[in-house]
Amino acid sequence: MVEADRHTNIEIFTYTEVESVEGQPGDFRITLTKKPRYIIEDKCTGCTTCVENCPVLIPDPYNQGLCTSKAVHIYFSLAVPLITYIDEECLYLKEKKCKICEAVCGNQAIDFTQKPERVEIKVGAVVLAPGFEIFNPGLKNDYGYGRLPNVITSLDFERLLSSTGPFEGEIRRPSDGRHPKRIAWVQCVGSRRVTPGDNSYCSAVCCTYTQKQVILAKEHDAELEATIFHNDIRSYGKDFEPYFKRAENLPGVRFIRSYVSLGREIPETNNVTLRYATPDQGVKEEEFDLVVLSVGLNPPADALKLAEKFGLQLEPHGFCRVEPTNPVATNQPGIFVSGAFQGPIDIPESVFGASGASSQCGELLNYRRGKLVKEKKYPEEKDVLGQEPRIGVFVCHCGANIGRVINVPEVVEYVKRLPNVVHAQEQLFSCTTNAAKEIIDMVQEKELNRVIIAACSPRTLEPLFQDTLKEAGLNQYLLEMTNIREHCSWVHAKEKENATEKAKDLIRMSVARTTVLEPLREIELPVNKTALVLGGGIAGMTCALSIARQGHEVHLVEKDSELGGVARRIHYTLDGMDVQSYLSDLRSKVYEHPLIHVHTNSEILEATGYVGNFVTRVKSHRGTAGIKHGATVLAIGSREYTPKEYLYGETDKVLTQLELEERLATQDEGLTGSQTFVMIQCVGCRNEERNYCSRVCCSQAVKNALKIKELNPEADVYILYRDMRTYGFREDYYREASERDVKFIRYEPDRAPRVELVSQGGKEFVRVAVTEEIVGQEFGIDADYLVLSSAVLPAKDAEAVSQLFKVTLGPDGFFKEAHVKLRPVEFSTEGVYLCGTAHFPKHIQEVINQANGAASRVLTLLSHDTVTSSGAICVVDEDKCVACAACMTACVYGAIEFRTVGERKAAMVNPAICKGDGLCNAVCPTGAIQLKHFTDEELLSQIDAAGQEEIEEEMEKAVAAM
Amino acid sequence: MCSGRVDLQFILRALMNNMDGVFIGGCRLGECNYTTQGNYYALGLVNICRKLFQKIGLNPERLEIRFMSSAEGILFVKVVKDFIHKIRELGPLGESEGLSQDLLNLKLQALAKLVPYIRLVERERLRVPEKSEAAYREFFAREDVDRLIDELIVEKLNLSEIMLLLGHGPLSTAELSERLGEKPSEVLHHLSTLSRQGLVRFDLEQKKFAAI
Repeated sequence: MVEADRHTNIEIFTYTEVESVEGQPGDFRITLTKKPRYIIEDKCTGCTTCVENCPVLIPDPYNQGLCTSKAVHIYFSLAVPLITYIDEECLYLKEKKCKICEAVCGNQAIDFTQKPERVEIKVGAVVLAPGFEIFNPGLKNDYGYGRLPNVITSLDFERLLSSTGPFEGEIRRPSDGRHPKRIAWVQCVGSRRVTPGDNSYCSAVCCTYTQKQVILAKEHDAELEATIFHNDIRSYGKDFEPYFKRAENLPGVRFIRSYVSLGREIPETNNVTLRYATPDQGVKEEEFDLVVLSVGLNPPADALKLAEKFGLQLEPHGFCRVEPTNPVATNQPGIFVSGAFQGPIDIPESVFGASGASSQCGELLNYRRGKLVKEKKYPEEKDVLGQEPRIGVFVCHCGANIGRVINVPEVVEYVKRLPNVVHAQEQLFSCTTNAAKEIIDMVQEKELNRVIIAACSPRTLEPLFQDTLKEAGLNQYLLEMTNIREHCSWVHAKEKENATEKAKDLIRMSVARTTVLEPLREIELPVNKTALVLGGGIAGMTCALSIARQGHEVHLVEKDSELGGVARRIHYTLDGMDVQSYLSDLRSKVYEHPLIHVHTNSEILEATGYVGNFVTRVKSHRGTAGIKHGATVLAIGSREYTPKEYLYGETDKVLTQLELEERLATQDEGLTGSQTFVMIQCVGCRNEERNYCSRVCCSQAVKNALKIKELNPEADVYILYRDMRTYGFREDYYREASERDVKFIRYEPDRAPRVELVSQGGKEFVRVAVTEEIVGQEFGIDADYLVLSSAVLPAKDAEAVSQLFKVTLGPDGFFKEAHVKLRPVEFSTEGVYLCGTAHFPKHIQEVINQANGAASRVLTLLSHDTVTSSGAICVVDEDKCVACAACMTACVYGAIEFRTVGERKAAMVNPAICKGDGLCNAVCPTGAIQLKHFTDEELLSQIDAAGQEEIEEEMEKAVAAM
Repeated sequence: MCSGRVDLQFILRALMNNMDGVFIGGCRLGECNYTTQGNYYALGLVNICRKLFQKIGLNPERLEIRFMSSAEGILFVKVVKDFIHKIRELGPLGESEGLSQDLLNLKLQALAKLVPYIRLVERERLRVPEKSEAAYREFFAREDVDRLIDELIVEKLNLSEIMLLLGHGPLSTAELSERLGEKPSEVLHHLSTLSRQGLVRFDLEQKKFAAI
């Protein structure tokens, strides 16, 4: 949010609604209505004096009404902009009384005369990202919600867990504020039900968010007992299956597969009982201190209004109708959608969908790219070399996050006495625009040449504060962040005095390091404007096409003799897409595009270079070519597991789903004439060897089962499953299959189906024995065909490719993205991106979404002429270097080379390749190679300062004794 | 910065600063944020360092490395608490091991002086070829590795200690033996090595050894 706020090309309108839209793609005129917040935005500093003095308590809307807020308040502690607004419950707005806020505001920022304001803006394209609405169980009083105080929704619980929540991160239940010891979660509330008022689809996120809540709740209180009543556990996402196992294996956590109904409320305690059934114990009633309803996702509340204003079609559930072949495109050209308005989706899909939407805007508006760019201007950098260190320390309260635990004024007084500190002060929120201005002013006034921000983790806000230093005319490497929030106030919330002492220690260590910090240079490297995409499946082709449509040359490299990848074996999807005709259309678009060079039958021999300047040697029947490119996309796909189990390969009666689909597509008579089909799910995954869910197989089985039923309604189809993971809208097809008498039988992994080949009456069939879990009985099915839903495996050459391009593989052998949620289409290796099933198994729609997303990130790089490399990299002191090559053996990036210095050799670091891990620094016997910003001197002085406290205390005692 | 950036001299400096133990936290093995698997370097360092602690009479338990992801809050709290508990039980550095403050400082300084040399030995002889926890465990449990450390590092360490003591003025064998807490015969053996290397000489007048 802060990054978006600070971006010079992003203008944010909050508290604003769209009134009307006119025009066409490339030239829309949008009329907005800014609602009156009764606060003058430029004047409000977010000091919250008005909030303290406001006499009107209202239920806090951010905290689900679980606690109160004032009629004038800041919506939440990290709001952008971080200023107040006045709720309609205000006494003055309702009854023309009060106006205390106006009187106490020192900045004259309150303005009750504000009226709704109309603003017209001109844009080329529109992205709709209105999010979703939480399912409201209060409408039908599901499980007593709304009636019983200790029945809450999962969003309520989310707020309880949060440090900015109603009880500052303590889990207290609504009825009496006690810490609940027995908590029950009820899954699928409002989802997967066809009763009126409920949603027939699966909300796709609740299984995993519940597991997260269980894990966090157990972190809050290890003694807590958690019980989760669930239907299928849908851990279909990347890393979700091990996460589920982690939650399941925690002590005191029970996952119970059962429908539940409300028992009663116990009047004395307000505890709630739930009734459920287990196969071995029958119906039971159990008492809980708190019941959490895992509510699903509804379409956004204003979906209909939005649809009307933008001329959009909605799908039957009320979400936006999107193209199956382009899930960010609506029926209106130039108007795109991202996030949960596409349907219930999780964060990673939302993020790559958002990048995808940005790529689509880029394609539409490419002809005028860069015309409106605003560049940020910085003052000239002051030369601080040779100056005495003058350190300014800013200690942040982070609202109450730090200030509630750590005695900030005391810390400031302590810091003022430390050597080289010439200024120390507290700030309410150091990350706000006003605070930044204060820092800049202080740098000028006190002639600071080094700055310490004692606040949160540098992970999120370091770039922001570095920017502040640049604005103040200081080199950004003269900044140090001391983490007194995550590393101190949050984890020591109950030990205020010790936390304050620890904050002092941490800042003292920072001061020591900061004293010896050096200004560092960042290097601008030119960017080659071409991209190389490896892998010519749907992901690679879609990505290549989107990059090319935005004006960049693309080399599309495929190892096979033709484009298409695994999709060549897929013929139809659940929602009726004709995959082969889509594929041939995509293929011809790729071949026809003048900027795309297709290399088939090609393999990569060598990949060298770095972001903006890669050189990849490609070998094909035409010979070997060295391709120069600025960005690399790895879209090498995946493959189907070849089962070793269930007689696969021993008889032609046992097929994989892909083999079945190929034969169904050709309406193979041997198949369509057969009577009985058995499908077994989770073959080759969700086991010890491959602890992940292949995500697509449940839907694939349902799809093929429906196809069999379509071709031969009399056929018997059995699907033996562990959890049906038809997430999202795919749930409707699962239901349809069930209605068409496809039989679903659940098995436990330790009682997996047994199969044998049987010959009877000259006919061969597969006899499948399976134990039905609820009845507890084993029964046999004689199948004409046994179909195995076999796992999706990483491509065979995934490991080789990862080594060539120096990127990481995850524990499952799929490519590991830089960040699961925040950066799902790029590697931590700069300039290298990923998309498609090489990242993790996914459906075609999701592949297309992600491929467009990767294209967008590639464009962010290629649309610039230069790229900046970090200054925190390794540098060699040639005088000390003895050319022993210890550093070179430690550097897997190949960033270090020898060069001749006079008569001898010395190591040299290529700043564009160095990642700053500093391994070389630790192995260099002469200390010649140093990781800048983390030099031996800087770190040792920090260690020395850590030990100083005792010495200081002794000195103080000695002084006192005198 | 990677856990592999943690340097032997950082650990020693912490001990010289009156810290009673050092804990290193790294990413899970095999799940490197970079592509370097640098946490194995840290694991190797800890193994070597613990052996050296033992050689100078310190409890190797004072150094600990654990690997975890940023999502494993509970695990982190547990291992840190366990470590603090262990260090409290062990008591103050040196004192609990029966080392005087002077001797402890001497030994740590001698070791710190050898850091560049230990890096060379690590690279040449003590780097584990396979990156797996089991391989590391097995490697550092081997007797020949112990012997290597004795021959290549401990020997040098003894010499370094004597040189540090002689830096303050000539001392007799008996005096050296007393300060180092070692048998006179051992001390004499080291002294003869040093004199062969031309680093010490015997002052006939004082009947003491002096650094050259």
